[in-house]
Amino acid sequence: MDNVIVISVLILGGIAILAAVILYVIARKFKVEEDPRIDQVAECLPGANCGGCGYAGCRNFAEACVKDFNGKVCTAGGNDVMKKVADVLGVEAVAADAKIAVVRCRGSKDCRPKTSNYEGAPTCAIAAWTYGGETGCAFGCIGLGDCESVCQFGAIKVNHETGLPEVNDEKCTGCGACVKACPKIVIELRKKAPKFRKVFVSCVNKDKGAVAKKACSAACIGCGKCAKTCPFEAITVENNLAYIDFNKCKMCRKCVEACPTGAIKEENFPPRKPKEEAAPAPAKAPQTAAQSTPEKTSENK
Amino acid sequence: MGGVHPADKKITAAKPITPLAVPQTVAIPCAMHIGAPAEIIVQKGDKVKVGQLIAKATGFVSANIHSSVSGTVKNIGPVADASGYTKQAVYITVEGDEWDESIDRTPDLKRNIDDLKPEDIINKVHEAGIVGMGGATFPTRVKLMVPEGKKADAVLINAVECEPYLTADHRVMLEKGEQMLIGTQLLMKAVHCDRAYIGIEQNKPDAIDYLTKLSANYPGITVVPLKLKYPQGSEKHLIKAILGREVPPPPHLPIDVGAVVDNAGTAVAVYEAVMKNKPLIERVVTVTGDSVNNPGNFLVRIGTPISALIEAVGGMPDDTEKIISGGPMMGKAVNSLEIPVAKGTSGILMLPKSLAHRGEPAACIRCGKCVDACPMGLEPYLLSKLAKLKRFDDLEANHITDCISCGCCMFACPSNRPILDYMNFGKGKVLAIIKSRKK
Amino acid sequence: MSNLLTISPSPHAKGKETVPSLMYGVLMALIPAFLFSLYFFGIGALVTTLVSVGFCVLFEWLIAKYILNTKPQVCDGSAILTGVLLAFNLPSNINPFIVMIGALVAIGVAKMSFGGLGQNLFNPALVGRVFLLISFPQQMTTWPLPIENRLNYLDAVTGATPMSHDMLGKTDTVDMLMGATGGSLGEVAAIALIIGGIYMIWRKIITWHIPVSIIGTVAVFTLLVWLIDPTVCVNPLYHLLGGGLMLGAIFMATDYVTSPMSSTGKIVYGIGIGLLTVIIRLWGSYPEGMSFAILLMNAVTPLINKKFKPTRFGEIKTK
Repeated sequence: MDNVIVISVLILGGIAILAAVILYVIARKFKVEEDPRIDQVAECLPGANCGGCGYAGCRNFAEACVKDFNGKVCTAGGNDVMKKVADVLGVEAVAADAKIAVVRCRGSKDCRPKTSNYEGAPTCAIAAWTYGGETGCAFGCIGLGDCESVCQFGAIKVNHETGLPEVNDEKCTGCGACVKACPKIVIELRKKAPKFRKVFVSCVNKDKGAVAKKACSAACIGCGKCAKTCPFEAITVENNLAYIDFNKCKMCRKCVEACPTGAIKEENFPPRKPKEEAAPAPAKAPQTAAQSTPEKTSENK
Repeated sequence: MGGVHPADKKITAAKPITPLAVPQTVAIPCAMHIGAPAEIIVQKGDKVKVGQLIAKATGFVSANIHSSVSGTVKNIGPVADASGYTKQAVYITVEGDEWDESIDRTPDLKRNIDDLKPEDIINKVHEAGIVGMGGATFPTRVKLMVPEGKKADAVLINAVECEPYLTADHRVMLEKGEQMLIGTQLLMKAVHCDRAYIGIEQNKPDAIDYLTKLSANYPGITVVPLKLKYPQGSEKHLIKAILGREVPPPPHLPIDVGAVVDNAGTAVAVYEAVMKNKPLIERVVTVTGDSVNNPGNFLVRIGTPISALIEAVGGMPDDTEKIISGGPMMGKAVNSLEIPVAKGTSGILMLPKSLAHRGEPAACIRCGKCVDACPMGLEPYLLSKLAKLKRFDDLEANHITDCISCGCCMFACPSNRPILDYMNFGKGKVLAIIKSRKK
Repeated sequence: MSNLLTISPSPHAKGKETVPSLMYGVLMALIPAFLFSLYFFGIGALVTTLVSVGFCVLFEWLIAKYILNTKPQVCDGSAILTGVLLAFNLPSNINPFIVMIGALVAIGVAKMSFGGLGQNLFNPALVGRVFLLISFPQQMTTWPLPIENRLNYLDAVTGATPMSHDMLGKTDTVDMLMGATGGSLGEVAAIALIIGGIYMIWRKIITWHIPVSIIGTVAVFTLLVWLIDPTVCVNPLYHLLGGGLMLGAIFMATDYVTSPMSSTGKIVYGIGIGLLTVIIRLWGSYPEGMSFAILLMNAVTPLINKKFKPTRFGEIKTK
């Protein structure tokens, strides 16, 4: 009997040792030599694989950073993350402007009457491939939420009341995934200003004024009043459409008042006092102002 | 392999082609063909005659565009077309109906093609701005210029008209059969081959009989009755049905198996261009629908708004909820009545409420009916899923570029899934990726 | 213009078949077999079928509504079909409580836990049946004798299936064709099942590939073994007509969700089921192998789909 036990222990033990040796040899032979810093860098990154940096995922970005740090920016993580990455790699981080997404369309259901019913697959990409859209405006937001579905941070959501997406400024990392997903190029990344303040032309319609206005009461008609009003020459009008250069804009909000259709939108400013001067009022922006609401700005008119 | 059998509903098969009155203004888009848009060469205020060149082809794959009316150029500006987006167009206010002198408007048949050289025919086709009139609008000249090292041994005339409702080609065959056969001879001569086949679906026995009788006088031309099946009129399936050859997957073209395929209407246009010097300024359009008062086939000037066509059939029925430019399987739904008739507009179809809507999509039950229906041997259920997930590499590996967008998969799907929507989206993306790779 | 125009990508035409029409089509095809089973097993067949269908629909509705929080789709007919097929795989004198457990396993475990219609890997009715076969072997393998027990239900006189080893070769093949043998309530009348199959192929609900390849494989395989050694295997006709082969080949293996997509794939799948069935019947410890064979091939279906693609147009082998 003892013999049986001894033999089986020996055989099993032998098999175990053999297997261990094989595993060891194989592990050694097929080991991938990898820079340990890649793992360290990857740990600093947000890990959302949003693709905002231009690489397929966070790990690919980490590999690229280790190879050559210059010029690489993790858009989602921003300067804080890049500082950490730079520390790991022992280099100096260059601060980049933080970005935030804005939706350049105010064609809510009230402003843009429907001219047809779309009945295809419920994605913006396919609707845009099929035709201009359910309204007379062939440029504006379709509202089927391709941006919402690509956002890894839950920062953009279609408001079903207005049919337009809204950006949650606190959550938006400026990764730009929504910008790429939007077939109409309605969403733009703009420089992040203090307290998430934004002044931008919330329209992308390039039709002539009358056509645009007929399709949507909140359309930019390319009248150029804003450009004349702007003290900083930040506004250009091209193809019947105004655009505010965020590098030149000082957020004086004069253009907002000048715009006859309300196409220029301000967000997260405190309510205006009558005859208020250009300088931003002392910070008392209520926390709820972070939620951009079109009603807010229309009240200001 | 594959295919479906939609109800053919050829309501207008017995309605003779009626010329439609020239409208007050036309809007002639400068992109009515596949390829580069034509370059507009007239200006606001110019006087134009019928048949005068108003926009010039700008590349190898492009086509000339002629004025379809006489009058004054009112404006050059955007017009929404069947794609749902605006394109540049020439708006012309109609004054009288003065034709260019060089156009032979007599009804006499000109049969003698012996003096013509192949190059002359091809040049004429190019000058007249002829494009495939079945709906794909590929410039005909490009098809006729057989590339070096390849040889065409048969011309196929696509008179299948497998789309339900449409009867434009059917009527053309019955009323302009002789012209079509002479046009076919011209095409044969242009590509240096001595046989041609006219493929007609068996639901048009009158056209088969008539053309078979006529073709006795035209050596080399044979009429081939074809089985009733959609998409019999797809270029590749027509070649397979008539010649028994399969065109290899893209980037191969029909010419790789020695075939040149042209539509029946195109053959007539070629005859008119070469023998009568008449550019492509009008076409036959079927205006139909289940509840339309007086559906018919009309000879329409290019650029006429479709509202004029709808007027001609007694107005839009009240229950209309969808208007389609083209046939129900591959046509485009339009959202405006002001879109102009273009060179590829084969029909205007008004669908009543009961037919206008898609069913509510349900879960895929993996029945495989889309696989059985696909005439290209693809797996639509898989491709649509991959396209939805944006897995473009896998899409390419599963041959999404073979898809001819015929719609059989969605027709067959019991769950009303938007299979083809996703596939077309995926195909567009994959083709763009392939193109960018070449650069 | 009174109505807004509707815009959608092409095609704008749609075939007539819908999921409910297909499911009810299969149910239509099952009617002859059901009538035969009513004739042979009487009230037991009726009660078992009703109980099975009722519980399948009920469980589907409950699970969809309260666990998955989706809109219940019981009207599409798939739960009814699962219920009928499950009942057809049970002896007609079985306790309704057992049927309920079978329905719960079929709908709850095999179908809804995968996400509902279209998502399940295994045929729900068969999972239910196999679960019961393993859990209640006694009740699941004592079948009432046909005809004389028509008015009895739970206390029916029972007998063995012609497929059990000691019965093999002793039943008349004509009786097997007409259903006058012991067996589960829907599987006995081969002729009725074949009529249903022809109807489904004619209506293009199913294609011929799966039933023909299964039946063909079983026929050829058993014929070979029978010719070599008749003591191992009886006359192939018994194998074709006996047990659940016809029911399985025509109605169970052709289940859309769990069978392959392409024609070649379907044939491979059918051959696999045929081979496994015969192997289990001849050398396995169960007298009947159809259910296990189908379930095993269900598991292979994704692989078959990957390997056997339809022939691509224009891809002709260069000679």
